[in-house]
Amino acid sequence: MASFQQYVMARSLEEAYELNQKKSSVIVAGNMWLRLCGARKQTAIDLSALGLDRIEETDTELVLGAMTTLRQLEQSAALDSAFGGAFAQAVSPIVGTQFRNTATLGGSVYGRFGFSDVSTLLLALGATVTLHHRGDVPLAQFQQEPWDRDIVTHIRIPKGQRAAVRSVRLTATDFPVLVCAASAGADGLRLCVGARPMRAMVAAEGLAPGEAEQAIERIAEGLPLGTNLRASEVYRRKIAPVLLGRAMQGCLTGEGE
Amino acid sequence: MTIEFTLNGQPVSAQAQADDSLYTVLRALNIASVKCGCETTNCGLCTVHMNGRAVLSCSVPAPRAAGQQVVTLEGLQEQAKEFGGYLADEGAEQCGFCAPGLIMNVLALAKENPHATDAEADAYLAGNLCRCSGYMGQRRAIRRYLDALAARESGEVRA
Repeated sequence: MASFQQYVMARSLEEAYELNQKKSSVIVAGNMWLRLCGARKQTAIDLSALGLDRIEETDTELVLGAMTTLRQLEQSAALDSAFGGAFAQAVSPIVGTQFRNTATLGGSVYGRFGFSDVSTLLLALGATVTLHHRGDVPLAQFQQEPWDRDIVTHIRIPKGQRAAVRSVRLTATDFPVLVCAASAGADGLRLCVGARPMRAMVAAEGLAPGEAEQAIERIAEGLPLGTNLRASEVYRRKIAPVLLGRAMQGCLTGEGE
Repeated sequence: MTIEFTLNGQPVSAQAQADDSLYTVLRALNIASVKCGCETTNCGLCTVHMNGRAVLSCSVPAPRAAGQQVVTLEGLQEQAKEFGGYLADEGAEQCGFCAPGLIMNVLALAKENPHATDAEADAYLAGNLCRCSGYMGQRRAIRRYLDALAARESGEVRA
């Protein structure tokens, strides 16, 4: 279990950022993985008093606060209307309602976990991460960077695209064995893979629908996949083209699982 | 540190360490219904309602509860007794260890989606694990309970 010497309810992002510059500090988002990974820190910094738990819509994008819970993503009418059921597809298999009422978007994105359903979808949607100090960074770039001491404040998702997510789990509520997400927008289809079991990545983009169908086997063959307790690399490679195909179909037809 | 919050409708003041969870603080306040059943944030046994939403108290940092409304099974005795009656009638559980967490989440479901279908109830309650695999009895009890609430709401007399 995690241990902290002091707990600070940040009154501003600037205060949180300053406190977080010490290696002995840590940002507390949902406290799900943080608690389980047994972090030992001097200062825990809580962002929950900063109004970062809102989903806002502009003419061109959806802006999600970092402290938005996974359950909010699942239930948001704005997200459902903009991207079909993609967010519910991505997060509803995660543990249980109570867990998703506590786990946050920012925690998932910052953590860049090798099991993340939500990062896989956000990557497919071409999301941008807003960091307090550095400003906007494309998620595709952020996914490849090491953990640093900046603070994720918002996630921005451009409108005008559809998406779908498909995952395989050994048992309901468990971590995924593999997650595939597809999006379709003005730039064509984008296919992403998560729980490889490494950080989610873009597998292919800019494809026309017919072209993507032809290319799926080849895309799956070239994916960097690995082995963990839940599945072998060989098994992941067997199911990858099937899940990619289902995510793509779901995205193009708008059908649920 | 001292944390002040509302517990089952009453203002309380509790002592907590910086890394305590809400669960730890509730146990110290003699809230015996809340239990830690898995240590992996999975089982739903520590479920409480915070500001009306079901959460895993094992993962809520205690300082985050300051100023919030927290309700445990102790604060919902009437509803818990009614639903517990349905569980008993269906012989739903062998040991009853998971019942407090399940009941708290069923009451959250009944509030959020009182006309839930079986599939919606299953999805809502997927994070409540029963080690005796008493799920079929629990599902019958949940269906009968939700149907009874719906009948009461529409003015019908419960059978």
